[in-house]
Amino acid sequence: MNEIVVIIGGGIAGLEAARQLLALGHSPIVIEKSDHLGGHVADWHKLFPDMKPAKDIVDELVSSSKDANIFLHTEISFINRLKDRYNIMLSNGISITSRYILFTTGFRLFDAAKKEEYGYGVYNQVITNQDLEKWFNTSKDSRIDNSAMKAVGFVHCVGSRDEKARNTQCSKVCCITAIKQAIELKEKFPDAEIYCFYMDLRLFGKKFEDFYIKAQRDCGIHFIRGRVSEVSENIDGKVIVKAEDTLAGRPMKVTLDLLVLMSGMVCNPDSTRVAGMMSLPIDSDGFLRSTDNVSRNTVSPKNGIFYAGACTGPKTVPETLAEARSAVLEIHNSIISRR
Amino acid sequence: MSMFGFRISPSSTIDLDKVDRNRFKKLCALEPDASKCMACGSCSATCSASEFSGMSVRKVLLCLQQGREKEAYAMMSSCMLCGKCLMVCPRGINTRHLILSISRIYGKEESI
Repeated sequence: MNEIVVIIGGGIAGLEAARQLLALGHSPIVIEKSDHLGGHVADWHKLFPDMKPAKDIVDELVSSSKDANIFLHTEISFINRLKDRYNIMLSNGISITSRYILFTTGFRLFDAAKKEEYGYGVYNQVITNQDLEKWFNTSKDSRIDNSAMKAVGFVHCVGSRDEKARNTQCSKVCCITAIKQAIELKEKFPDAEIYCFYMDLRLFGKKFEDFYIKAQRDCGIHFIRGRVSEVSENIDGKVIVKAEDTLAGRPMKVTLDLLVLMSGMVCNPDSTRVAGMMSLPIDSDGFLRSTDNVSRNTVSPKNGIFYAGACTGPKTVPETLAEARSAVLEIHNSIISRR
Repeated sequence: MSMFGFRISPSSTIDLDKVDRNRFKKLCALEPDASKCMACGSCSATCSASEFSGMSVRKVLLCLQQGREKEAYAMMSSCMLCGKCLMVCPRGINTRHLILSISRIYGKEESI
């Protein structure tokens, strides 16, 4: 019954899958490149829609998957296809033979500096969603001056829905993340005016729309329909943002103390690198391609290889966890059918 | 100069740094739903006065938030308070009551 399953990536999808595999009596081996488990969620402060601390989710997953074999600081050196199994060589010199590999390689945040017009890495007052979330956790960021927080802007869709940035896909979670972060900032700085610059607001998830109404009605956050076209700095070291208010059909400008760029999700280059070792196909959006995007999302076209989480496209935390469980069930069913 | 047809065009830019939000804040205290508009346009589409006068509750709210109070007030003057916009608003904004509150707050100000 006991079967070895190699899980590539120790983010929330990998940990949830390890936990479920352990519960079913299998032996998961988690390979994580970085020095910690939990992936991007480990850097996050609170999760929408109920503001649950991200740390609680990660701690829960880490403790319930602790019986798995976990390798930190480890990468995949190469993978060979044997007759009916795979030989996986790790960067620490260990080699594993397994019939099953689960990709939970996740996403990478779009590099906001590529959108030069927004001034990330150029102006000191421009940060990303991830920087802000780290600041919520650590209160340490030299770019954020607590005493001068009178006006803050959020730019939606940075590197998402952007053909020129070679990412036509919607990153899905940035709309709700921007609203969540705007509310959190408003709670910290009640006197600050907060602006969200959006093209569309895509609030598809459970209670997301309620969050939007709360931001408008209770927090007085200003929503401006229009994409920021350029950012510059004035002599006082503040940033001037230009956009068109497309509802008014007029140009608009505003001076801000902090500008937060909502960087979108792009495919993790590490997943495409490892996928390349097994000639796994890449979908038109740059993420890994499932057998079927409707009914077989967690199944790759190759025997024994499965996907879960954001390696196949942008996903929320609950979606990622659900996919991890679904992939484990596919693997488990496949193990049973072999007997 | 007029014989050459030259003139200086005023800037159409909305400068959010210069918006005086005091009256809008007063309005929100009285009508918390005023900031809930998501600009769907249902109110303007159903408005009996809209096709003749350009009246639109969503535009009135947008103008007020941007400090374009004269424009908003001029638009509102063609409202007949029929309340059709109230029936169609998906956010449940009591638009009729809102319009009366706007007149109460902004109507007093001679500067508008």
